[in-house]
Amino acid sequence: MELIKTLPDVFEEFSEQRRNSFMSAFEMKEKNIPFVGTFCTYTPTEIIMASGAVPVGLCSFSDETIPDAEQDLPRNLCPLVKSSYGFAKTQKCPYFYFSDLIVGETTCDGKKKMYEMLAEFKDVHVMELPNRQSVEGRKLWKQEVIALKEKLEEKFGVEITEEKVREQVKLSNRNRLALRHFYELMKLDPPPMAGLNLYGVLYGSSFKFNREKAIQEVNALTERIKKEYDEGSRPIPKRPRIMVTGCPIGGNAMKVVKAIEENGGNVVCYENCGGAKSVDELINEEAEDIYQAIADRYLNIGCSVMTPDSNRLKLMGRLLEEYKIDAVVEVVLQACHTYNVESYTIKRFVTEHNLPYMCIETDYSSSDIGQLNTRCAAFIEML
Amino acid sequence: MLTLGIDSGSTTTKAVLFDGEKIVKTMLVPTSATPKQSINYLYDQLHNEDVVYTVATGYGRELLERADKKVTEITCHAQGAAFLDPNVRAIVDIGGQDSKAILLDNNLNVIDFLMNDKCAAGTGRFIEVMMRILDEDLQHIDEFVVGKTPANITSMCTVFAETEIVSLLADGVDKGDIALGIINSICRRTSFFARKLNLYGSIFFSGGLANFEIFRKTLEKHVGLPVVTSPMSQYAGAIGAAVIGWRKAQKTR
Repeated sequence: MELIKTLPDVFEEFSEQRRNSFMSAFEMKEKNIPFVGTFCTYTPTEIIMASGAVPVGLCSFSDETIPDAEQDLPRNLCPLVKSSYGFAKTQKCPYFYFSDLIVGETTCDGKKKMYEMLAEFKDVHVMELPNRQSVEGRKLWKQEVIALKEKLEEKFGVEITEEKVREQVKLSNRNRLALRHFYELMKLDPPPMAGLNLYGVLYGSSFKFNREKAIQEVNALTERIKKEYDEGSRPIPKRPRIMVTGCPIGGNAMKVVKAIEENGGNVVCYENCGGAKSVDELINEEAEDIYQAIADRYLNIGCSVMTPDSNRLKLMGRLLEEYKIDAVVEVVLQACHTYNVESYTIKRFVTEHNLPYMCIETDYSSSDIGQLNTRCAAFIEML
Repeated sequence: MLTLGIDSGSTTTKAVLFDGEKIVKTMLVPTSATPKQSINYLYDQLHNEDVVYTVATGYGRELLERADKKVTEITCHAQGAAFLDPNVRAIVDIGGQDSKAILLDNNLNVIDFLMNDKCAAGTGRFIEVMMRILDEDLQHIDEFVVGKTPANITSMCTVFAETEIVSLLADGVDKGDIALGIINSICRRTSFFARKLNLYGSIFFSGGLANFEIFRKTLEKHVGLPVVTSPMSQYAGAIGAAVIGWRKAQKTR
């Protein structure tokens, strides 16, 4: 596959993909293809795809619906939880509207309780995510993966065979590899693209519902960027290389990435959801017990809801080396207790690697843009 | 040869001229509602043919288009404090709209910093508002609290603290006791915040409040490390800007 458009146009297209796919979602619904809304990286989407349904990430990154959410939810709650609920309540998220089923997990307290309220608007299936990556945890999570399969079979009147599951596991692994090869381009110094574009492609690609085509497009983009770079194109100057970690970002929270890049840094690696955390590990396709393999892969995700969260440090340590990171910026969404508390461990971990660390607590409003710019500029002046 | 440093803060705009060794001139004007005018006014007043480099800092730093360089107040405060006292290893700055703590290494480079910019409590604005309720002039605070026993002010929020003070006044509590209570409250909060950094050595106290001995003394008590200041501390940001400008000018020559 070859790209006809210029790179800026391709980046633009990917970042607009969520919006652009509204129509194709509508058309698919017309053809009776069901949609399953998801909120979190822990959702084993292979099972959903094996049922013939389309998994889709629901809107949760804008402050637009927060006032509506605050009629029912406390104000001092994480903006992601409030935004998700607000989009559901106001029906402003077309993907929520199209969803026949919502799958949630018992991750953080805010989400867990919010799903109870969400069940008033939609059919919500909540998977019980263990707090630990222990033997018992793996057992429970495998049961939950199978329970999801049974729920989907009943809901859509289909049979999810092992063969179908294995097929989707292979497809998802190829998708992960495509995304990984794409973001690994950022190991180049100077990087071949801005961190904002990198994120736009990672996020946008999840809204290309034809997974096979999405893989081809991402691969073609990777090839093109590589080729232009080899030919001497350097769209981004050499500047301090920043890793972003912490809460999921996207939408309004991208103001932090903007502030870093406008004030002299290059975001070359996202450790958080949407980046390496959700893509890095593959599922063992050859495993005898494919459900256990799926369960293991997802449970291994290093999110701060796990205790202890040693997998996050393992991944971070590796990425710090591989991407030759100069400094780490952690983004904590207001009232996200688990990431906020864990920032203590992360700061110590990064400092032990002799790298500067800065934690930014923020929400989806634009009220702190001035302060963000000052903080990021001061942090980069320090490097 | 001179360099000019201008610090556009939320309450006051400060400027200094630096000759490579000492500060030869300082100026301060209220920022008021027209920060762009204030910063440009100081530039026009102080810039002359001897000035080879101008650095702007502070939250209004982008408003001076004629500046050769814009540097954040974190870096400038650190360099300014280190110029005024090379023994400092940390800076606590209580500004008009935020407070910050900056940690330096032994080479006087910034290695970590924190900013409290979410809340007016713990900033200069807090004391301004409280003094207005007490109907007292901040300029005479040192004399005003001599021999007083601090009243207990527990509210964590400027608005609620205001209510608390109104009720203390209604209960007939001495105004000096209340003022000292307010100073205690702001210094305690600032020290909790600053101690999140691994403070060591002596701490340089800057910002408008550093002019008052009672704030320095109270802060020292709460932080548990020597707190030093300088009559020039309010100019620390502008001095740092001028010092950075001097280094830039040397490099380009």
